[in-house]
Amino acid sequence: MGKHVLLVEDEINIIEAIQFLLSREGWKVDTHSDGATAVETVRTMKPDLVVLDYMLPGKNGIDILTELRADPEFARLPILMLTARGQGRDRELAERAGVSRFMSKPFSNTEVMTAVRDLVQLAQ
Amino acid sequence: MARDALTGTRIRERRAMGGLKQSDLAKQIGISASYLNLIEHNRRRIGGKLLLDIAAALDVEPTVLSEGAEAALIAALQEAAQRARLPEEESARAEEFAGRFPGWAEALAAAHRKIADLQRMVETLSDRLAHDPELAASVHEVLSTAASIRSTASILAEDKSITAEWRDRFHANIDADSRRLAHSSKALVGFLDAETGEAAPSGSPQEEVAAFLAGHAQALETLEGGDAEADRLVTTATELASAQSRHLARTILDRMVQDSARVGLSDLKDALSSHGPDVITLAGHFGVSVPHIMRRLAAVQQLDAGLVVADRAGSLLFRKDTDGFAIPRHGAACPLWPLFQVMGQPGQVIRARVEMPTRDNAVFDCYAAAEQVGPAILNAPPLLEATMLILPAPDTPGARDVPMEQVGPACHICPRSGCRGRREPSILSDGFGGF
Repeated sequence: MGKHVLLVEDEINIIEAIQFLLSREGWKVDTHSDGATAVETVRTMKPDLVVLDYMLPGKNGIDILTELRADPEFARLPILMLTARGQGRDRELAERAGVSRFMSKPFSNTEVMTAVRDLVQLAQ
Repeated sequence: MARDALTGTRIRERRAMGGLKQSDLAKQIGISASYLNLIEHNRRRIGGKLLLDIAAALDVEPTVLSEGAEAALIAALQEAAQRARLPEEESARAEEFAGRFPGWAEALAAAHRKIADLQRMVETLSDRLAHDPELAASVHEVLSTAASIRSTASILAEDKSITAEWRDRFHANIDADSRRLAHSSKALVGFLDAETGEAAPSGSPQEEVAAFLAGHAQALETLEGGDAEADRLVTTATELASAQSRHLARTILDRMVQDSARVGLSDLKDALSSHGPDVITLAGHFGVSVPHIMRRLAAVQQLDAGLVVADRAGSLLFRKDTDGFAIPRHGAACPLWPLFQVMGQPGQVIRARVEMPTRDNAVFDCYAAAEQVGPAILNAPPLLEATMLILPAPDTPGARDVPMEQVGPACHICPRSGCRGRREPSILSDGFGGF
């Protein structure tokens, strides 16, 4: 069994596509769509990597990222942020909050898979 | 230098433009070349028949020589000079420039006016693009749907071993997403089209309300018909296209009706003529709160006053524009406005002279005060509302000699550099320097 990825995203069709891609390569994939409870879900599941959307209901990706980085257990957890808000200001905010990789929608599947592999490999 | 004192300069330029020698013109009008030379160097005043003769010889209207370029042209040139930060002595030569090079002066003034118009348009559109929640949601929807379609289509195109079940599922997803994309793209294009159309609807409920208030200033000054009049205005207003804007407008009008019941327009005008716009004295005179009197003063058309009301979170609940004091339609306003200083001291009244970074650095007298709204609740912090009345400062010689706070509209459309209140870069180039 491959590494464990938690996909935090509220667009159901994006979830299905990314879940398919990751599962096909042997990753164990869990999904979560609610921003408000995302931090708690990460604490419970302890994934090897989080794919995190920027705009989520309940709490945005930056706030989730900030909370996770404040917890020593997840300070170095690989987090790939996907966003439809690709402006420089958002990227800067994400980088300040400690994102591992930042990717703008619409992304290519190859970009996502390469980023996931690289991040997990770097974390090992 | 006085405008008529430059008649000689204009004669010299017109003669040169026509390719006429000084001696030939002098001969034509029956004076010596040396006397014409003195006239052309503004060392002899000229008028009467001699001016008419020279104008006839140069084939121009006498006023072109005596009055020079139009006042508006001179004003536009002086504005352009100030904008370009030319030294004062250069700016003072605007009329001379217009007299000597009328064609170039017209071209420069026209370019300056065009730039000013475009800058206003950029400010408006930038304000909208940067902070409009409808646009942000629309763009997010388009990009998210495009991401889904791109990812799913790639899987279908590249993975030949995909099972029939997954293939059907992804086909269905693409079908649903493509419909969604078509819908959200149309909505986005419709939104952007509306931005450029002159008669386009204003977009957000707040803007519809602003357009409604601006279009009914006279009726709102009195609201003599009370509730019935407020009803009629809201139900017949073409500016209020949505239920939300009608609700907002009705809420505002309800308060205006209550305000005008205690402070009638004719009484207010009488008191104004006695006390001037002194909000504390006027509030005492009518036995109402200072924010109450500010709201009433804002409705008096002759004052041409602006008004802003904000809650403690900084959200602007009400805005009435006045020329030169830009109030952002979306997002946060300038934190240096006196409006925000009174939040910590309900009951305190602040009067401050402020300067806006407009082309002519418009100056305003702002009165601000905060008061509690709603009922008191035990152990709960009070809800506060701050009100700021914006009065154009009197155009007197000493108007700029008193201490002034340099404020702006909102950071993203404010050109001030090195501002202590700056929270984000400005799209106007000067503003980046201080961020």
